[in-house]
Amino acid sequence: MSKRIGMEVAIAAAEAAALCRFDVAAVYPITPQSHVAEHLSDIVADGRIDAEFITVESEHSALSSAIGAAGTGARVVTATSSQGLMYMHEVLPIASAMRLPIVMIIANRAVSGPLNIWNDHTDIMHERDTGWISLFAQNGQEVVDMTIQAFKIGEHRDVMLPVNVNMDGFQLTHMVEPILMPEQEEVDKFLPAYKPYAMVHPDTPVSMGTLAMPEFYAEALKAKDMAMAASRKIIAQVWKDWEKQFGRKYEPIEAHRAEDAEVLMLTMGSMGETAEIAINELRKHGVKAGLLKLKLWRPFPFEELKKLTKNAKVLVVTDRAVSFGGPGGPVCGEVKAALYDEPNRPKIVNYLIGLGGRDLTISDFVDMMKRAAEATKKMPAEAYEYYGVRE
Amino acid sequence: MADKKGPETWKEMNPGCMVFRPGSSREYHTGSWRAQKPVWQNEKCIKCGICYIFCPEGCIKEDEEGYFVADLNYCKGCGICAHECWPGAIKMVEED
Amino acid sequence: MIEVRWHGRGGQGAVTSVEMLALAAIEEGKFAQGFPSFGPERRGAPVTAFNRVDDHQIKLRSGIYNPDVVVVLDESLISLVNVTEGLKPDGVLIVNTTRSAKELAKLLNYSGKIATVDALGIARQELGVPITNTTMLGALIKVTNVVKLDSVKGPIEHRFGRIAQKNMNALQRAHKEVKLNYK
Repeated sequence: MSKRIGMEVAIAAAEAAALCRFDVAAVYPITPQSHVAEHLSDIVADGRIDAEFITVESEHSALSSAIGAAGTGARVVTATSSQGLMYMHEVLPIASAMRLPIVMIIANRAVSGPLNIWNDHTDIMHERDTGWISLFAQNGQEVVDMTIQAFKIGEHRDVMLPVNVNMDGFQLTHMVEPILMPEQEEVDKFLPAYKPYAMVHPDTPVSMGTLAMPEFYAEALKAKDMAMAASRKIIAQVWKDWEKQFGRKYEPIEAHRAEDAEVLMLTMGSMGETAEIAINELRKHGVKAGLLKLKLWRPFPFEELKKLTKNAKVLVVTDRAVSFGGPGGPVCGEVKAALYDEPNRPKIVNYLIGLGGRDLTISDFVDMMKRAAEATKKMPAEAYEYYGVRE
Repeated sequence: MADKKGPETWKEMNPGCMVFRPGSSREYHTGSWRAQKPVWQNEKCIKCGICYIFCPEGCIKEDEEGYFVADLNYCKGCGICAHECWPGAIKMVEED
Repeated sequence: MIEVRWHGRGGQGAVTSVEMLALAAIEEGKFAQGFPSFGPERRGAPVTAFNRVDDHQIKLRSGIYNPDVVVVLDESLISLVNVTEGLKPDGVLIVNTTRSAKELAKLLNYSGKIATVDALGIARQELGVPITNTTMLGALIKVTNVVKLDSVKGPIEHRFGRIAQKNMNALQRAHKEVKLNYK
């Protein structure tokens, strides 16, 4: 039986990785991820699991050594945030191209400049196209669950891709809250020992990270993309297994009172919980409001989104990142692409919110929903709005 | 390059473009890139082996008498051996 | 749901207080959040930390703007920070002070409920250091009954190890000595 405990979410994330019996952690500390790095280091130093902690001099080295370790067949975890993730950027597509199922815990944070250490989703949006599976947690429990699920998803033979688990910096990382922490035996049952597809070892010679000439490069990318596509089925299966064993349900998009909703809102990460309260308030006042919480950013759940939005008149997409000179926020761009061919697509309103740690209250979400119907009339002249920005 | 065999379709690609056959890079004859080749004048050679050490391609071998020769299947003609050979026993000459 | 805002100075353990309270509430089977004011902290600078405690799952993840309770760990802060800002009309202000509630009310121009305790004196005697976080936690528990006194024992033992008992002594003394002047 899982134990109900109070724990800071960043520490819980490291504990979840330890329950997965990682072999190697290669991590460089950065706010607001630091407690993850410190606690992973503690776990190894205290000898709680048989693992190595590689103290690296940068995030670029953290992921590079994670790749090296994963190449030897190790189960590897790393963690970072913001500038650290951007410093890793060069190495991210290499990890996925080498098909190494590394798990990265990301404490989402704004990127400089101006310098800002608070939460938004800009850091991961820059890594959208690097071939990593991207999960978004809305609370501490989901951070723990998704960290464990991430290893099982990534290590599946049909997938063999790295996975990042996104948790809002500060809003989640620095929050002490109740968490059902699975027991070691339960995790062992759910997540068997890692059987690598290949490993660099004198007995099993292999070249990894090879060159591909123009006549092979496109084929290599297509193979990686097809692995990403294949992961949809595996993610669904792993989530089903999880629900069966732990009783907590996971879906690419968690819908809340969406079925008969006329106005829908789409959120990612921890703000979904506050938005949920707002939706309930609106329902009390007779507004047919509903909420979609996007938990799977890559691969993007196109089919699920189409199904969930087909009866809605208006869809309010919230973005915690900016695509300068683009069509709105990156999530909105994706949502629009997904619904373009639908005969009954809702009108879409895009709000850029919670940037660089700007707080979001229940009344903010209520306000956005109330204004949404009105806002659609202006579209697409004003395709998106910086919500709450001082003019 | 002509004799290099590879997968035809994306489905035939090994995951991660991994190559499992040891030593398969030997089939890749980089000697075709060469414009000049090294020629040893053994009467000047002192058998120091500095050419062998410096060759970036690792394609220089010691023969039975202790002199050195390059495997022209792989020698790219970079000329480092000739540059490093201080007795001046190696000359770079144009390919025929 | 009860919402608490703690005022302290960096290094005085406000963040530890919110953690202890959250853990105690969770141990009782309740739901709780404990979190610092997000961002960098400097030793000695005024800091805030927050708690939410409820019998139901807490989904609210915004900041706390209208707390039910404000706890002030360091009296010198009341001239630097507006400690009563947003405090609900029927809320309580709990201050570490040797002054009377009347004096404080005048000083702060505040007409709401005020509870006082000489946490600094207690901490000096019981812990030998002027760190008032666990002491003020005792006062908070007395004033709000948000958790049982016994429930903080586990978290405090886990956190403080060999100095846990001293902290519990300070906490229990504040629990007894806090003056609920508003009754």
